[in-house]
Amino acid sequence: MLLIKLFFSFIQVGLFSVGGGYAAIPLIQEQIVGIHKLMTLEEFSDLITVAEMTPGPISINSATFVGMRVAGVPGVLLCTIGCIIPSFCICLILAHFYYKYRTVSGVQVVLGAMRPAVVALIASAGASILMLGLFQAELQDIILKDIRIVEAAIFIVALILLRKLKINAVTIILGSGVAGVILYALMGKIE
Amino acid sequence: MKKEHNKLWILFKSMFLLSACTFGGGFVIVSLMKKKYVEELKWLEEDEMLDVTAITQSVPGPLPVNASVIIGYRMFGVLGSLTAILGTILPPMMIISIISLFYEQFRTNIYIAAALQVMRAGVAAVIFDVVINLAGNVLKTRRSLYIIMMFTAFAATYLFEISAMLIILACLGIGLIDLAVTLKKGKGTVK
Repeated sequence: MLLIKLFFSFIQVGLFSVGGGYAAIPLIQEQIVGIHKLMTLEEFSDLITVAEMTPGPISINSATFVGMRVAGVPGVLLCTIGCIIPSFCICLILAHFYYKYRTVSGVQVVLGAMRPAVVALIASAGASILMLGLFQAELQDIILKDIRIVEAAIFIVALILLRKLKINAVTIILGSGVAGVILYALMGKIE
Repeated sequence: MKKEHNKLWILFKSMFLLSACTFGGGFVIVSLMKKKYVEELKWLEEDEMLDVTAITQSVPGPLPVNASVIIGYRMFGVLGSLTAILGTILPPMMIISIISLFYEQFRTNIYIAAALQVMRAGVAAVIFDVVINLAGNVLKTRRSLYIIMMFTAFAATYLFEISAMLIILACLGIGLIDLAVTLKKGKGTVK
């Protein structure tokens, strides 16, 4: 019974979390902590910390974490599947219509107006992550002299490697993590 | 048939790898997908990738899952969607399942903390690399409407923290007006 409850909880999370990962957090909290009392608020905040530290969408991470703690591997499968069923159905329908009509010139005009905005949204996400990397702060809380040298150097080197040598993005991301640990250790920032 | 199988495998493998490296939210994976599927494999056009991003941001569910449903469908129909979803959700499911068993040690590990902090610089570099190309192409259209929209949308989301979905909807509205104006000018036809 518990598994079925979890399954339907995560269908709701998947269905109502519009607009990125953080929109899902209050929904998951309501379902798991509030309605079904499967976790305490403290466990839930641990979950958010871990979800932020690991790759992957926050709602999938939460579904897996909740599923594992509450019901083991079957829980993981049911929660995750529940979470993606709404996405799957909605996006499949939209993909069908998009590819049917995208070459219609009128549709092209409308889509054309949305593309510059998408570029801006990606740029904004990049700027936020860069500020977190260089200053460990959001834009409004930045203190310029607190710039972190290691991160700034890695950002510049990574950008040059990407643009001039066309190094693979996955290599860059993992490589910057490894380089960071080594540099921190050499500088004595890690005991 | 064999070739088709091979491509499905490439789809699965690439989604798996990108998902495993997506630290920091939906727009990171969009940048990675753009590099992989537009630049490297040449499966998608750049405009298509931007359209897919606009769609995935406007519907419920985790952005990476939504994007993989549409890209998978584009390449190999429903089977492609399912393959792409599997590739996208397996890494977070596996990682979180393991971590949920000892998250206390994970959360407090200083090496992991250092790597994650520096990785932000690497992730930011990847996004900037993609944005430089995308923004360059918007500038190349030489349409002042698009260029102004791009900078306005950036200010709206980054400085004023207006939600991505609202911005996309606003641009959809502008696109419809643009279409109406074009239709009127061309006396009922769009070129």
